[in-house]
Amino acid sequence: MPATKLSETVVHDQASRVFDLDQMSLRELNQALHNLAAGSNETAWEVLNPKGNHSVAVGVDQPITIDVRGSVGYYCGGMNSGSAITVHGSAGPGVGENMMSGSITVKGDASQYAGATGKGGLLVIEGNASSRCGISMKGIDIVVHGNIGHMSAFMAQSGNLVVLGDAGDALGDSIYEARLFVRGKVDSLGADCIAKEMRPEHLELLQGLLDRAGVTGVKAAEFKRYGSARTLYNFNIDNADAY
Amino acid sequence: MTYRNPPTTPRKSATFDDYTLSEIRRAAATGIYDIRGAGAKRKLPHFDDLLFLGASISRYPLEGYRERCDTSVVLGSRHAKKPIELKIPITIAGMSFGSLSGPAKEALGRGATLSGTSTTTGDGGMTEEERGHSKTLVYQYLPSRYGMNLRDLRRADAIEVVVGQGAKPGGGGMLLGQKISDRVAEMRTLPKGIDQRSASRHPDWTGPDDLEIKILELREITDWEKPIYVKVGGARPYYDTALAVKAGADVVVVDGMQGGTAATQEVFIENVGQPTLACIRPAVQALQDLGMHRKVQLIVSGGIRNGADVAKALALGVDAVSIGTAALVALGDNDPRWEAEYNELGTTAGAYDDWHEGRDPAGITTQDPELMKRVDPVAAGRRLANYLKVMTLEAQTIARACGKNSLHNLEPEDLVALTIEAAAMAGVPLAGTNWIPGKNGF
Repeated sequence: MPATKLSETVVHDQASRVFDLDQMSLRELNQALHNLAAGSNETAWEVLNPKGNHSVAVGVDQPITIDVRGSVGYYCGGMNSGSAITVHGSAGPGVGENMMSGSITVKGDASQYAGATGKGGLLVIEGNASSRCGISMKGIDIVVHGNIGHMSAFMAQSGNLVVLGDAGDALGDSIYEARLFVRGKVDSLGADCIAKEMRPEHLELLQGLLDRAGVTGVKAAEFKRYGSARTLYNFNIDNADAY
Repeated sequence: MTYRNPPTTPRKSATFDDYTLSEIRRAAATGIYDIRGAGAKRKLPHFDDLLFLGASISRYPLEGYRERCDTSVVLGSRHAKKPIELKIPITIAGMSFGSLSGPAKEALGRGATLSGTSTTTGDGGMTEEERGHSKTLVYQYLPSRYGMNLRDLRRADAIEVVVGQGAKPGGGGMLLGQKISDRVAEMRTLPKGIDQRSASRHPDWTGPDDLEIKILELREITDWEKPIYVKVGGARPYYDTALAVKAGADVVVVDGMQGGTAATQEVFIENVGQPTLACIRPAVQALQDLGMHRKVQLIVSGGIRNGADVAKALALGVDAVSIGTAALVALGDNDPRWEAEYNELGTTAGAYDDWHEGRDPAGITTQDPELMKRVDPVAAGRRLANYLKVMTLEAQTIARACGKNSLHNLEPEDLVALTIEAAAMAGVPLAGTNWIPGKNGF
C-alpha cells in the first residue's frame, strides 16, 4: 500500500486568493465562492487552517482551483460542479458527496461515504478510503490509491470505482451498472456482485481513469473487474435469501 | 312432512374474515407479499373522533361572511433568509415523478399555485413541468438522491430532508419495472424496466448528530436562503421532532400512517407507524418543551380530507397540513367514470390501489403515454384549486364559529373527543366530561 502522505511542501501561489479560516468564517468562504460569476478571473483559491471544518467549499459551480491546506471534516466539496479541489490533508465523511462535475483530490485518507451519490467528475483519494466508498454512486469516477472499507459501492448505479489496494467485505452489494476495478484482494462480494471478464474496452477505460488520476507504474491488466450479475433487477421470491 | 332441526346461520370468523382468507390464498398461490399504493386502510382513531364546541355564552363567534379569518402561514422563519409565505395552511405532499405521470405533476403545481400554496417533488427529482408550474416548490432530499443536483437545489424554494414517511417508517421507495420508462430511468440513472427499490437510509449520514452536519451543508450550499424541512414518518413523534429541531430544522413534517405511498408491502402499510391523530400532540409537546412551538413550524399529513380535518389539526397545535391522496382524488384518481376499467383490473372505483402496476385508468399513477393523456393538467389543476378553496372555507367556517380571526388561533380547548382513545391521543376531554385520559393521574 502507498503510505498516506499528509505532509506536503506548501507553495503559496501569489496570484491565488487566500482564505484563512482562522480569520474568516466558513460562511464567508462559501459565499465568496458562490458569488463568483461565470468567467471570473479569480480562478485560484487557497484555504488555510481548515482544521476539520465541515462543508468546506461546497456547492461551487465555477471552473476554479481550490487548494485546501490541511484536513477537513464532513462533506468537503459537496455537490461540486466544475471546480478542481485539492485537500492537502485527510477528509472526513462524505467528501465529494453528490459531485456533479470537476474533480476532488484528497492527498491523505478519506472517511466513510467518499463520493456518495456522485453524479459526475473525478474523486481521487491518494490514501485509503473507509467504508461505503462510492455508495449509491451515479456516474462519478473514483480512484483510490490505497484500500477501501466494507460495503463500498453499495447500490452503485453508474460510474467507475478504481481501487489500487484491497476492498473490504460486501463490495458492490445490490450494485446496478457501475463498474468496479480492484487491484488487490476483495474480502467478499455483496449480493448480486460478481467478478466479470476484463475486455479490451474495460482495459482502455481503466487506463484512461488511471491516467486522469495521475497513477503511474500500475498497469490496467493488474486489476479485476466486478459488476452486477443482474439477477436482482426484477424481484423474484426465489432470490429472497440473497438479501 | 319430516321435521328438520332449525339450521344455524353460516357464521364467518371475525378473525379469519373474507379479506384475510383471500390474502392467505393469494400468498399461497404466488409466494410473494402483496404490494400496493395508498396508506393504511384499516379503521383508526382519526379527526372524525373529535368535535368542535363552537361559540356559546363564554365564547363570542365571528360573522361568517363579514369578519376576516386569516389563513396565511409562514414556514421557515427560524434560520432561512427567504421563508415561504403561503396563503393557506394546506400544502401538497411529496409525490414523485415516476410514481405519478408528468401531466399529474403539472396539475399539482398548477392547482397549488392557483391556491397560493406549495407543492413538493418526490423520489425521482425535479421536472421542468413541475418547476415551471409551481410558484413555490419544495425539493425533497431523499436517501436515493435520484436526480439530486446543484442547479435544482438552488432553484427550489425549500428543501425537505426525507427521513421517512407515514405509510412506511423505516422503508425505502419502491417503483416497479412497469413504470421505469426511458424518461424515469434517465432521471434516476437506472436501467429501464428494472424494479427500483431505493434505499431506506441516507447514504452519507446516520443519526441526529450527522443530520445536523448535513443540514449545515445544505444551508451552506444554498447560502442559508431556503427553509429546510425534516420529514419523518409517524414512528416516535416526540423524539423525532425534538431531534429534528436539535439538528437545525426550520420545519418538521410528521406523516401519520394514513399517509399514502406509491408502492409498499401491504403488511408494512397496515402494521408499522402510528395514526396521524396519535402523532400530533407528542410532536407539539416536543416543540413546546423546547420553547420552539410556532418558531419551528410543524406540518402534519396523513388522512387530511376536508376543512374540518384542517381545523382540528391546527387546533391541536399544527402550523400547516399536507395532502397527497386527497389531492390525487381531486385530480381524478379512483373516479367512478372509469368503473368498467377498474372492474377489468379486478377492483372498483374507490378501492384501486395497485398504483405500482402503472395501469391507472385515470392516467395519474402511470407512465403509459396513452393513459396519461387522460389527465388535462389545466382542468385537473383547477379541480385541485377548487378543492383547496373549499377546504379553506370549511376551516374558516369552523374557526369563525369558535370566535377565531385566524385559523392558527384555534386551540385544543375548542375540541372534545367522541371516544376515549381519541381523547387520550388528542389530549382533549371526552365529550360531556372533563376527563382527559392520562392527565391528572387518571
